[in-house]
Amino acid sequence: MKVAVCVKQISDPSEAQTIDPTSMCLNRGAKAILDDSDAYGVEIALRLAEVAGGAEVVLISMAPNQEVQGVRTGLAMGATSAVVVSDPQLAGADALTTAKVLASVVKRIDADLVIAATESTDGYTGTVPAQVAALLGWPALTFAKQIELRGSTLSIQRQTEDGYDVVEADLPGVVSVTAGVVEPRYPSFKGIMSAKSKPVEQLSLGDLGLSVAIDEKVLAVNDAEARTAGQIVEDDGSAEAEIMNYLAQIKVL
Amino acid sequence: MITNCVILAEPQGTGIAPVALELATLARGISEQVTAVVFDVDAQAAAETLAVYGVTSVVSLGDTSSHLPGVPVADAMREVVDRVGANAVFVAQSYTGRDVLARLSVLLDAPVLTNAVNVREDDGGLVVENLVFGGEKVVSSKITAPIQLIAIRPKSVAAEAAPSATQPSVTEQSVSANSQANRAVIVSSHVEERQGPKLDEAEVVVSGGRGLGNADNYRYIEELANLLHGATGASRAIVDAGWVPYAYQVGQTGKTVKPNLYLAVGISGATQHMVGMKGAKNIIAINKDKDAPILQIADLGVVGDAQKLLPRLIEAIRQKTGA
Repeated sequence: MKVAVCVKQISDPSEAQTIDPTSMCLNRGAKAILDDSDAYGVEIALRLAEVAGGAEVVLISMAPNQEVQGVRTGLAMGATSAVVVSDPQLAGADALTTAKVLASVVKRIDADLVIAATESTDGYTGTVPAQVAALLGWPALTFAKQIELRGSTLSIQRQTEDGYDVVEADLPGVVSVTAGVVEPRYPSFKGIMSAKSKPVEQLSLGDLGLSVAIDEKVLAVNDAEARTAGQIVEDDGSAEAEIMNYLAQIKVL
Repeated sequence: MITNCVILAEPQGTGIAPVALELATLARGISEQVTAVVFDVDAQAAAETLAVYGVTSVVSLGDTSSHLPGVPVADAMREVVDRVGANAVFVAQSYTGRDVLARLSVLLDAPVLTNAVNVREDDGGLVVENLVFGGEKVVSSKITAPIQLIAIRPKSVAAEAAPSATQPSVTEQSVSANSQANRAVIVSSHVEERQGPKLDEAEVVVSGGRGLGNADNYRYIEELANLLHGATGASRAIVDAGWVPYAYQVGQTGKTVKPNLYLAVGISGATQHMVGMKGAKNIIAINKDKDAPILQIADLGVVGDAQKLLPRLIEAIRQKTGA
């Protein structure tokens, strides 16, 4: 079995984020990291691979530049190899374009199962996994909070508005996982060292026989209406009184 | 010019979800014809509700509940889009909405814009607004393809009845379950009992974060919410840590809430969280760190240790209400 995990390399969200006024794209920081959301997908894939008796786990990623720093984190966790599609034309790529690139890589590496996060931390469109599935003609088992593989049958607990559904499908398929689904492992020292020599294949759009036309554009980025700070008090052992007053004022109590 | 808009009125309980009325309100403001697609509900009853919000026709797909809705509903919507000559499709930014929109985008080979908080007409096209950086910035975008596929965050626009109700036609359309992609079968459904109102409809929301110290202390959040007749929410950090399920998450990747009161306990206010709650009418925040960003948007900020303050607050409310 071969498991492809879609991963995104993003600018560290804990650092200040800015938008380039000309390209209207998010400025990429000096350091790209593996999106936290994707660590869950990598962890799930590694566990499923163990259960399946040593399946290959291939990280697939897309970036406008030749970025691999974030992918190395996933390799350090234990993934077998990675494929990164880089092309300047992919700057500002929308979700469908991204899905076309990823689906094309899935076909190229002949994976049976694709795992992805529900949405990225920076762009958060939230449609890429189901778009990849649709492009491949596979079922999309989305918003999984638990996932199991029995033989060639996938079984997930899919988050719903008021609980969860148990959803099943035979492979091949695409699964999107919510955060919190498992505790991602930290890369070990040995893992970090071995990640440096794991294969990372760099592809261009041409290598995949793809050309892209991005059919959406950002027109403007403006300040939103701001909220201002109100009263701030220190809890000296009686701050509950302040809160009670406020609750009475707004007639909650 | 948008002349024909198709909206997905997804089911919730025995009727259609409240967000469908928000979609209808938005759609009728920019489009003369509004077609609502419904499934797994009583179509006549749904049409009566949608008529109040100006929907001009209703297409019912019948019962699709044995399969995940993404594939069959998108396939049917594609036919609806072709038949009525739609140039815009609105869905909710929900589990179902996103799955349907994703597949529809592949079927129509058209891009999507999601997380919209507003859609307005401009120069014959649509401008879609969404929030980034925790709601500090509004990004206005435009789709240059012939059809506009847009997911709108619930609670972004208020549902308002149309000046006069319509009399929508109701047509049935069958869905085909034969496609290769439609192999995802729902084996069973489980409702997780949660007391009190729904998170996105509650007048009071009490949310907890890492500052609670440990998962066990989330019981204070539940108790407070119970006393204030509110719903419980959570930051992404404690959802990621497995303290509470994903359904509790408030924020960019979770639910948007607009309650009368939002009480944030031990939540620092990462941009990810703020975008989901800054529309609350009143915000009270309790945080140990006086520099926590959440205190910058709170109407009342308390700098203190939640583990010590919450038991006293709970006791004070009990005394006052006799609960």
